[in-house]
Amino acid sequence: MTKNSKLLIKNGHIVDPANNLDMVADILIENSNISQVGNNIKLNNAKIIDATDKIVMPGLVDMHVHLREPGREDKETIASGTEAALKGGVTTVLAMPNTQPAVDCVENLRLLKSIIKETANANVFIVGAITKEREGKEFVDIAKLKKEGIAAISDDGSSVDNDKLMLKALIKAKEYKVLVICHCEDKLLTKNGAVNLGFTSTRLGLRGISNESEYKRVERDILLAERAKARLHIAHVSCRQSVELIAKAKRKGIRVTAETAPQYFSLSEEAVLRYDTNMKVNPPLRSKDDVDAIRQGLKDGVIDVIASDHAPHTKNEKDIEFERAEFGVIGLETELAVSITELVNKGILDWMGLVKKMALNPAKILGIYKPPHQFQDSKGILRNWCGGKGTLSVGSDADIIVVSPNKEWRVEKEGFASKSKNSAFLGRKLVGMVEYTICNGKVAYKL
Amino acid sequence: MAWTKKDLLGLEDLSREEIELILTTAESFKEVSTREIKKVPALRGKTVVNLFYEPSTRTRVSFEVAAKRLSADVINIAASESSVRKGETLIDTGRNIEALKADIIVVRHNASGAAEMLARNVGISVVNAGDGWHEHPTQALLDIFTLKEKLGKIEGLKVTIVGDIAHSRVARSNIWGLTKLGAEVLVCAPKMLIPAAIEQMGACVTHNIDDALRDADAINVLRMQFERDEENAFPKQLGYFKNFGITEERLKKAKKNIIVMHPGPINRGIEISSEVADGLNSVILEQVTNGIAVRMSVLFLVAQGRDTKDATGNSPSL
Repeated sequence: MTKNSKLLIKNGHIVDPANNLDMVADILIENSNISQVGNNIKLNNAKIIDATDKIVMPGLVDMHVHLREPGREDKETIASGTEAALKGGVTTVLAMPNTQPAVDCVENLRLLKSIIKETANANVFIVGAITKEREGKEFVDIAKLKKEGIAAISDDGSSVDNDKLMLKALIKAKEYKVLVICHCEDKLLTKNGAVNLGFTSTRLGLRGISNESEYKRVERDILLAERAKARLHIAHVSCRQSVELIAKAKRKGIRVTAETAPQYFSLSEEAVLRYDTNMKVNPPLRSKDDVDAIRQGLKDGVIDVIASDHAPHTKNEKDIEFERAEFGVIGLETELAVSITELVNKGILDWMGLVKKMALNPAKILGIYKPPHQFQDSKGILRNWCGGKGTLSVGSDADIIVVSPNKEWRVEKEGFASKSKNSAFLGRKLVGMVEYTICNGKVAYKL
Repeated sequence: MAWTKKDLLGLEDLSREEIELILTTAESFKEVSTREIKKVPALRGKTVVNLFYEPSTRTRVSFEVAAKRLSADVINIAASESSVRKGETLIDTGRNIEALKADIIVVRHNASGAAEMLARNVGISVVNAGDGWHEHPTQALLDIFTLKEKLGKIEGLKVTIVGDIAHSRVARSNIWGLTKLGAEVLVCAPKMLIPAAIEQMGACVTHNIDDALRDADAINVLRMQFERDEENAFPKQLGYFKNFGITEERLKKAKKNIIVMHPGPINRGIEISSEVADGLNSVILEQVTNGIAVRMSVLFLVAQGRDTKDATGNSPSL
């Protein structure tokens, strides 16, 4: 989009929980920001998108994505991963640090930033590691990484096993105002496990992964965060007890937030029954009771965020014996449709609730949402604040998606923009399709 | 009824009628092994490949004998774990065997689900000869065949399985097969060796061997695989014999004609005493003999099942 060019989204049903807007209106975009929201905006020189009967919402902010670059470009690259994001309506991703090398020092962070600058098709924020090579032994230099621009720290894929080290990490994170994202897993309990512990593991003859292996670590991290008074975000919550522990912590006023992924509110362990390696995820698909608890947690607000945990793997890594196959599924291109199909259309969330979980809340948690406000600039002139994600407020970044809420489609291998095809939803019929993705004011994807 | 399945992967997938068909077919094949010339031409011109990723003598030999008595050509491939790690994937190996125009792959693998994965990726028949802790359908079928031969029926029988249930594919296949045929199954082991939610498979659980024996019509004694105890879940060998070993003294408190089975190889003095293993109640060697008839039946039926599929075009053909 050239400077001063204008884009007008006409007549769409706007869903913007930040401003409590749930109505048909127009949105005008100028210079990569939203400049006007209202009825019957008329302009002669604007490019127009007719959004009649469509939902218009802020671009999704997916705070759990593995882009694999650098190191495993055969699985995904920054370019392919962000292209997949745009296709799925995601305009901002948070990239996890378990790359090769890991994001555990300034040099590696700079390398990643340069690749992002050159190749990213959407906004990418970066998570730094908590410990060197995510080994849970030696701290990274949080201050330096923060200064260089990380959005959070996490050893995702692993949990910091050492309690004392984790407490110190939280205390430091508090000091430097960095969000800590916890992958809650006790690997002594999950060792060699492949599926949920219970009837499924017994019937398939596979080692089981218990709920305890997750929620004992959720419990520990909440206790330590309370002690450190740090901000804690719990990744990919999958079981009932974790939801209960988080609810309790929130009632106590502990500053904890939580996310889940579409697979945990839409699929239960029965999906694994034919040794389908595309159903092999970590944490594993749980019981129907756990799925119910996750849905209820989303409804009650205990779970703040839906994120994909997009984890691309090659065909070779999935087309092998179940116990040897990699954990993880891709999700950027299906998360919105799965959420519409399984949550909105089943009455668990309304559209406002959905946008909160997938755009506004993650933007708030990451500190990239700012409510509209006025401020005095250095010359003392009163200005409207500009920038920010997760909302359609005037002045915000023009990250906007236009969605056909009733359009049905089938998930096919051939349709993915991601380099990998390991989706848990292959063959499934979903409702809701992204028609346009506008990223920083530009039409970055069009159906 | 006619057999329509290309593969035999486990007893969980089979209906009662399908299990009964295998057993009836096995009855008619049993006589072949008593002939002067132990051979029928049922699979003449067919090639059976025994693809074994785990060391096994008795199961492999039993399949080999069964295939040869049906006049099939038999090829044995012993693939060691290290060659798998270095070399081609199971799917590629399977496709190569298919390209050799073999008809049936009999596969033994240490990963649960391996037989199923192989079957999905080749057009030829796959018979599961044991996959990880998952299933060992022909072992359970021969156990059931032997029981039926001895007691005349399966419906209403009380069968106890004792030993390491958690890591046993024999136990899982027996539970599915026996319960489908109307038997009651009781599993008996120390707590660490009972897998989660086993009751949902239809079995009852006890940790007391005397309770497990009291009303049983038959007992299936599993081998304690001490060499595989990675998780330190096993009791010490002597302690196990004391608390769970099948001895004459314990059998005195059981039904007089209780059938004693064991899938072999037996560890005398660990899970079973020599007196019991060699005693009047033991049918351990008859199981071995029956294994041939049951495997002849399975090979014969899956070959037929595949032919049916070829005719209807449901499955890739050669």
